[in-house]
Amino acid sequence: MTLPLISLIPALPLAAVALHLLLGDRLGKRGTALLACGAVGAAFLLALRAVFALAARPEADRTLVEIVTTWMRAGDFSVDISFLLDPLSAVMILVVTGVGFLIHVYSIGYMAHDASFRRFFLYLNLFMFAMLTLVLADNFLLMFVGWEGVGLCSYLLIGFWYERPSAAQAGKKAFVVNRIGDFGFLLGMLTLFAFGGTLNFTRLFAVAPHVFAAGGTVITIATLLLFLGATGKSAQIPLYVWLPDAMEGPTPVSALIHAATMVTAGVYMVARCHVLFRLAPVSLEVVAVVGAATALFAATIGLAQNDIKRVLAYSTVSQLGYMFMACGVGAFSAGIFHLMTHSFFKALLFLGAGSVIHALSNEQDLRRMGALSSRLPWTHGTMLVATLAITGLPPLAGFFSKDEILSSAFASGHFGVWLVGVAGAVITAFYMFRLYILCFRGSSRLTHEAEQHLHESRPSMIAPLVVLAVLSAVGGWVGMPFQAGGHAFERWLRPVFEGGPAFAPARELSHGTEWALVAVSVTAGVIGILTALRLYLQSPQTATSLASRYASLRTLLVNKYWIDELLDAAVVRPFGAFSGWLWRFWDVVIVDGTVNAVGYALEGASAVLRLFQTGFVGTYALFLALGVAAMLLHFLRHG
Amino acid sequence: MSVRMPVLLPVDLWALGAVIALSVGLMVMLLLEWAPVRPGSPRGAILSLLTLAAAAGSVLYVRDVARSLFGGMFVHDGFTVFFTILFCAVAALAVLLSWDYARRTRIGQSEYYMLLLSATLGMILMAASNDLITIFLGLELMSLALYVLVGIRRARLESNEAALKYFLLGAFASGFLLYGIALLYGATGSTNLTRMAEFLAASPLQNNPLLIVGGLLLLTGFAFKIAAVPFHMWTPDAYEGAPTSVTAFMSAGAKAAGFAALLRVVLHALGGVHANWAPMLSAIAMLTMTVGNVTALLQINLKRMLAYSSIAHAGYLLVAVVAGGHEGASAALFYLAVYSVMNLGAFGVLTLLGRGQEERVTLSDVAGLGFRHPLLGVTLTVFMLSLGGIPPTAGFMAKVYLFGVALKAGWIPLVIVGVLNSVVSVFYYLRVTVAMYMEEPALEPVGISWAAPGVIALMVCLALTLWWGVQAHALLALALRSVQGLM
Repeated sequence: MTLPLISLIPALPLAAVALHLLLGDRLGKRGTALLACGAVGAAFLLALRAVFALAARPEADRTLVEIVTTWMRAGDFSVDISFLLDPLSAVMILVVTGVGFLIHVYSIGYMAHDASFRRFFLYLNLFMFAMLTLVLADNFLLMFVGWEGVGLCSYLLIGFWYERPSAAQAGKKAFVVNRIGDFGFLLGMLTLFAFGGTLNFTRLFAVAPHVFAAGGTVITIATLLLFLGATGKSAQIPLYVWLPDAMEGPTPVSALIHAATMVTAGVYMVARCHVLFRLAPVSLEVVAVVGAATALFAATIGLAQNDIKRVLAYSTVSQLGYMFMACGVGAFSAGIFHLMTHSFFKALLFLGAGSVIHALSNEQDLRRMGALSSRLPWTHGTMLVATLAITGLPPLAGFFSKDEILSSAFASGHFGVWLVGVAGAVITAFYMFRLYILCFRGSSRLTHEAEQHLHESRPSMIAPLVVLAVLSAVGGWVGMPFQAGGHAFERWLRPVFEGGPAFAPARELSHGTEWALVAVSVTAGVIGILTALRLYLQSPQTATSLASRYASLRTLLVNKYWIDELLDAAVVRPFGAFSGWLWRFWDVVIVDGTVNAVGYALEGASAVLRLFQTGFVGTYALFLALGVAAMLLHFLRHG
Repeated sequence: MSVRMPVLLPVDLWALGAVIALSVGLMVMLLLEWAPVRPGSPRGAILSLLTLAAAAGSVLYVRDVARSLFGGMFVHDGFTVFFTILFCAVAALAVLLSWDYARRTRIGQSEYYMLLLSATLGMILMAASNDLITIFLGLELMSLALYVLVGIRRARLESNEAALKYFLLGAFASGFLLYGIALLYGATGSTNLTRMAEFLAASPLQNNPLLIVGGLLLLTGFAFKIAAVPFHMWTPDAYEGAPTSVTAFMSAGAKAAGFAALLRVVLHALGGVHANWAPMLSAIAMLTMTVGNVTALLQINLKRMLAYSSIAHAGYLLVAVVAGGHEGASAALFYLAVYSVMNLGAFGVLTLLGRGQEERVTLSDVAGLGFRHPLLGVTLTVFMLSLGGIPPTAGFMAKVYLFGVALKAGWIPLVIVGVLNSVVSVFYYLRVTVAMYMEEPALEPVGISWAAPGVIALMVCLALTLWWGVQAHALLALALRSVQGLM
């Protein structure tokens, strides 16, 4: 007997959820942890088995569909519960189950003292089920099941510590914003169904070029609606605001849901629908511009944050922007490549931050950290790898994927987008090293209490960090540039992305240009790093020596001082002020204001409507009569 | 010598089986009052269940036959069968939910179940009638029974008030309805729906004011029963004041009956003048969805919140009626079946809350319920998700199909308003879940009156809500088959 190849992968976490519910607390903490991690670990092994089976097939035939059951069939409306395994979903399930498993293991230690241990793992398993359904679905309807499912779990996990008002508030915000996105997704889906006649990916993408006029209104609106859904889930302008607040959830949740997997669902969806997006060049431009704008914008905000998790949250928003940027310029495989490498190093950064927070008795403020490198050697080492990876220094993972995005933007003629991307890379390197230095270098600014309890995390938490660090270091090598016929990762995804309508291919860049682009993006990273080192590591020393050796080294010091001031005045202050302003004005006034205003407006309308409900029969009868009168009037005038 | 044809064939007796069984059943129950039983005896409930089973079984036995009886006043077709089974199922679930609830709240047993069966009989007549007069008879039979049921907890002031309001406004609406029937008779020369359709198809007088005003007044009568805005004002008060088991019954049954009659009249008799009424109904649908959902946002009392939610659902259902055609009608049937099950389930959970005569149905009463009673919490969560249209529940499938059909029929603004509304509605449905899982009770935690029949009913509702969420096509195929004879 052979096991079903695909459907077991999401079924395992679901079965674990059922067992969590049925067995309740009888399992004990150890049993709960074993069940939760075992299910996800087994799902990872099954995913590996499925991907190997897929890879063994000839390249043209790498699409496996597994129909579980007919869901709904009525006339020409037909949907199955069926899963699609192709190179794209293969990448996704490996990332989701692989990184997911590591984070599950990490959570055992992180949540060890939490009273709601079982509830946590129940939600986490439920999330895995929903996320795997999302990426394996072979139609929009099933994808939406996963889409809503991950949203629900995200909401439950953000508000996990619901005793804190801020957590409850953050959950609410995430919920409101995601509903706006869902509205777009649903309408987009219905539009595609109404005009395309099917919700099945394979069938819809096959008929799309015949049904929809390229660049036509219908396909443009449909794809823009889908992209609205993606901006909600993947925290892009204008719907990014919920993600930084989502950091109220436990840190493993931030790593799993709000960095590595769920927030990339929007990117995955856009990549999955690349056939549709290629039919709508306007939508693709929108995707590119929104992605680039978010990449830069969120990075500048990241400069001014002092909460370690908030810096990482804005960084996630910014990196997701890079992925959309890639999709928007038509480099879908580069976007998915960055999705993968990002899930390695960003999960690692969050888990490392979690380890720091854990070690410092729940301290999250960077201003009360410092000099932790020797006290938390493992955390420090792995975090350094991740920080270098995200800044895009070779030969770490982030370098390959970010470089590919930037060179694709350049090659497709989007010079503005490319420039924004490079600027974003400088800032990324700067704020990441600022975080690194404030956390691990310089002088200790720990509170006395935190100093007392300082300890390196237990091995079960360190082990996932080490695995992720290795992945962050070497994970990008599958995308080694300068290979004839494209690199391995691109070749793997090619059967998915080369189908569909003709798309103006990017200009072939000469080797010289490619090298130049690599040089630019590496230089961008280096500039950012050096600036951060100078400002946050050297200037405190500079300041002290300025006081003691005022007379002798005056000129030099003044010079140095002057440079620092210049840097500060020219770069940091404006950006700091700008990002502070952006954060205060845009986030707090405009976005929160709008969200609240919608809420208040609805509540106000609700209160007004309630006034009509006087409780007097006479009023009700009056309304009845008025209703009839209004209808009659309408017909007398128009009928 | 002339051969006298028998008035009714044997197959007709089977087709009338539901009406006969319910009439006999409720008379037997009346007669049995001669032999009083101790209070709290399940005799009424058991007899009701047997009667309902007989009614449903008889109709199912001849489900593939199409008959027109009593000079075309009563038709037995797929549509009738679908709704007869739906009403019997709703009534049976309501009986199960009432089993313990009626006992613990000291509701007079025998007349309660008798009235429940009368209302069911009225609903079946409404769905099976092909004549405005019999539709009106069915509607009044149902309504009179419901007026009494709403006020059956005589000792409770709220119950009395609700019944009186419902009755007064219902009488008002019936007046409109009857007047509309009279005008339509004047305009078309018949009260028979088929003959009206034939007349309209042949007549050049489709914009006859008599026809339009008559149609509008008729529509008002139905809009009242299905609780469409602005004829919805009675709903929250009646739903809140009525015993919870009655609210469950009427929110599903009476609404479905109203839609059954509306569908027959609008799609069969008035199908030819679609363009006349569709824009009007579309405006009512938008208004109904919006007012229902927006008002529900601030409700603290769950019965009241679900009352507004049921108003909103009437709005979604009207979208299907507006879309029209076989697909629109099938979407309405599909949605009604799903709505009945999930709504009965939601109210059903409320019947279990509280002990004795107490009524504990506010948001703060369910606070923390999810942890104290995990299975009950999960059950109510599923119903809330389904009402909000979140996959993988039946409510999601019903909404997707309904909006898909409406979009295909070209009602784009209506669909946008509908989807926006369903997005907004999730707020108040999820608030219940949030209260259950993320809040602690302020007062003494609510006691649960566990009772096997009620739990069975909830399990049935839960299973169907989930099953139709992942296996919808059998129900959908049935809905499509059932509307074949309608147009």
